[in-house]
Amino acid sequence: MVTLDINGKSQQLDVPNDMPLLWAIRDIAQLTGTKFGCGMALCGACTVHLDSEPVRACVTPVSAAVGKKITTVEAVGEDKVGKAVQAAWLELGVAQCGYCQAGQIMSATALLRSTPNPTDEDIDEAMSGNICRCGTYPRIREAIKLAAKEGAK
Amino acid sequence: MSQELVLDLPDLSRRRLLKGMGLATGLALTIGVNGLVRAAVEEPKKYGGDAMPGGLKEDVLVFVSIGTDGIVNIVAHRSEMGQGVRTSLPLVVADELEADWARVNVVQAEGNEARYGNQNTDGSRSMRHHFEPMRRIGATARMMLEAAAAATWGVPVGEVQARQHQVIHKPSGKTLGYGELATAAAKIPVPAKAQLKLKPASEFRYIGKQNTRNVDGQKIVTGTTHYGIDTRLEGMLYAVVARPPVFGGKVKSFDASAALKVPGVAKVIELQSSSLPPLFHPLGGIAVLASNTWAAIKGREALKIDWDHGANAAYDSPAFRKTLEDAARKPAKAVRNNGDAAGVLAKSKQIFAAEYYQPHIAHSTMEPPAATVRIVNDKCEAWACVQDPQATVNALAGHLGFKPENVRVNVTLLGGGFGRKSKPDFVVEAALLSQAMDGKPVKVTWTREDDLHHDYFHTVSLERIEAALDAKGVPTAWLHRTTAPTIASTFVENAKGGAPFELGMGAVNLPFNIPNMRVESPEVPAHTRIGWFRSVSNIPHAFATQSFVAELAHKAKRDHRDYLLDLLGPARKVDPDSISDSWNYGESPGRYPLDTGRMRHVVELATQKAGWGRKLPKGHGLGLAFCYSFVTYVAAVVEVVVGDDGEISIPRVDIAVDCGPQVNPDRIRSQAEGACIMGASLTLTGEISFKNGVAQQSNFHEYQVMRIEEAPREIRVHLVEHKLDVPLGGIGEPVTPTIAPAICNAIFAATGKRIRTLPIRDQLKA
Repeated sequence: MVTLDINGKSQQLDVPNDMPLLWAIRDIAQLTGTKFGCGMALCGACTVHLDSEPVRACVTPVSAAVGKKITTVEAVGEDKVGKAVQAAWLELGVAQCGYCQAGQIMSATALLRSTPNPTDEDIDEAMSGNICRCGTYPRIREAIKLAAKEGAK
Repeated sequence: MSQELVLDLPDLSRRRLLKGMGLATGLALTIGVNGLVRAAVEEPKKYGGDAMPGGLKEDVLVFVSIGTDGIVNIVAHRSEMGQGVRTSLPLVVADELEADWARVNVVQAEGNEARYGNQNTDGSRSMRHHFEPMRRIGATARMMLEAAAAATWGVPVGEVQARQHQVIHKPSGKTLGYGELATAAAKIPVPAKAQLKLKPASEFRYIGKQNTRNVDGQKIVTGTTHYGIDTRLEGMLYAVVARPPVFGGKVKSFDASAALKVPGVAKVIELQSSSLPPLFHPLGGIAVLASNTWAAIKGREALKIDWDHGANAAYDSPAFRKTLEDAARKPAKAVRNNGDAAGVLAKSKQIFAAEYYQPHIAHSTMEPPAATVRIVNDKCEAWACVQDPQATVNALAGHLGFKPENVRVNVTLLGGGFGRKSKPDFVVEAALLSQAMDGKPVKVTWTREDDLHHDYFHTVSLERIEAALDAKGVPTAWLHRTTAPTIASTFVENAKGGAPFELGMGAVNLPFNIPNMRVESPEVPAHTRIGWFRSVSNIPHAFATQSFVAELAHKAKRDHRDYLLDLLGPARKVDPDSISDSWNYGESPGRYPLDTGRMRHVVELATQKAGWGRKLPKGHGLGLAFCYSFVTYVAAVVEVVVGDDGEISIPRVDIAVDCGPQVNPDRIRSQAEGACIMGASLTLTGEISFKNGVAQQSNFHEYQVMRIEEAPREIRVHLVEHKLDVPLGGIGEPVTPTIAPAICNAIFAATGKRIRTLPIRDQLKA
């Protein structure tokens, strides 16, 4: 049994310690907003926050998440920055298929929390690990800037 | 989510019998397989949506229902994979229906072409085929509401008008809301098609505007949508499959004892390999079923399998390139021959020839293939991210030995499609495993490694073009040998040579004003599953033809744009039949001729917007390419920067698109942007190579796709405006093929180095 704090709720999950957090969240805690894309921390679709830091859940064993606050896309909107990011995503029509966007939003929210006014280079660095096969990158970049602007108000 | 998903099965019996649905019925029509029995007296040829399996259906009672609460439910019968179709088709209905978009609820159709008409979401066809039927459906519902209101008030129907979710009695100003009218309207006879009054375009509220947000947007940003990989049913098992590493291989023997000891693993099941041709059959292999995905993956790692690699174990990409080159350098069957290109070339003093190579590429949708199936009382129900739900029904019925009416396919959102998810092999896997488990729900998830090793790959190709040139460097003859394993090999064992639908993607239907034009299609075998990938054969054809013309322009010391416009010649409408294009994207040659005036216009527009000819800093270059595909005209100008270290960056792309009238302009732009990035991605790094029959790339570190920092920094999309007198074109695919040649032409402008092999990778380094 592992006890995890997911989106503010403490949950007892019957999983081995080495199970990647991704599968514990998706298959056991049944929160499917966090996506599987590669299993090797190459695509960022599984990005969640551990104590506000973005991590790739597909290579993070549940043991590393014990005692930390796990936030997934389902709850990121409870945070002011996360909400602004979601609003900017909708305003600019960023999503196409939408599959990678949970991870994109988690990475963007973490970026804006640490760097409220990111440069293009900051955006490249923070978002480079998140692949979007639909090619929404130009709108992701604009949406991050829009969320930064809205956040500054 | 699980409750929402668990549907009652009994309503399955109400669905109609689908007649004559063999496994490959629809595809057989598309690829024109030899040997089909032909009727002695042929019916008039059908085009567009009418020619598709299932045809067009426009029964208002199927597509629209209105609740007494005023919510208007509109059925989306095509699959959503990012192109926005769940928004764009319903908005057409809503516009004609005078529905308030805020009170529209979109309902996703299950796979049932007898009910909904064609659902195969492929070929950039959704809006082009269904715009008019959706308008008529909306207009029908509007007229029924108006008739119901007139009857309620006892006034002539000419005195009432539907506006924004209510019907107004014009003389008195009385109103009735759609919810209030719903029950009465349902009893009104459906008006005949001839009586329908469509709105004039000037009164459109949503069509052509940008005021309708993506219906799934809010759920996407909050992580509450349902993709194929997200299904969860009570008591479900999670499966992964170890498939034969080489296409056509099979299991010799296996030992599952270690796998069965992995905690959570419930069962190991062998799936039989299917016979050739591959169709949509599963590849076979060993499935591990467990209580969660991770346990299934760990169980699979513990399997010991001895494989018989079969007939394709020697497939090797460098060697196969030589096979392609040999074939492309020998005369072959002509698939287009206007004039006497061979004769002119034989006598010409000045000949230029070049060869262009593109390797296999993989779709790598961000959501890998995934599907869930359960079987209850000999009825099968699937939840799957499929582009072609009716083909999925047929494939499941065929493999399970069920009647199609006992199979229901629920279409989830697709986390990317690009052609991969029009092949439902992965859904069949889940169905066979559920059947083996006495109907228990089983979800099959493909890992990224599975996806890259077992795709229906974009074909590998070698395009050779030879031109005889006059004294001014203008071609008097053009010979193109397009050499690639054909998609037809997926449907007909040992099929070789380009199928009409491949040749009609920019090889035969190249509208150059050259007196002697010949296209040949040498025959080469396929050693893996070949499938269609966004824009399909247009990608290698445009790469070759558009690079070749730039090379000719350079040799002639001419500006590429001017030279290209000269080759296109004066504005004229080319009959596809006159250039041996029997396919024409399935559209009527009369309604959709190849219009070189529109082609010229997008070339002029893109170059003008891009500032063609402007002075550029050192290392910068502009490159141009056009492509006519999916009856849409596209030209792109790419600006590249090549650093001293050979590093390529793309500051700006200007794309001119003429896809006819626009329904959802923002989604047209987003498709152009996305296709541009996908095109840039395959140009720079896209490659699947084979060694000993095995795909060498396993995950995104080896199969590299474009990331944000490499993406074009600015993509400007310039749309050509049309009224409704012009028929609609496609938009999901047409931009993709222009990008590789435009990038390569820009690199030549910047560096003088000509790229003829994709991907570019580090060819500019060293």
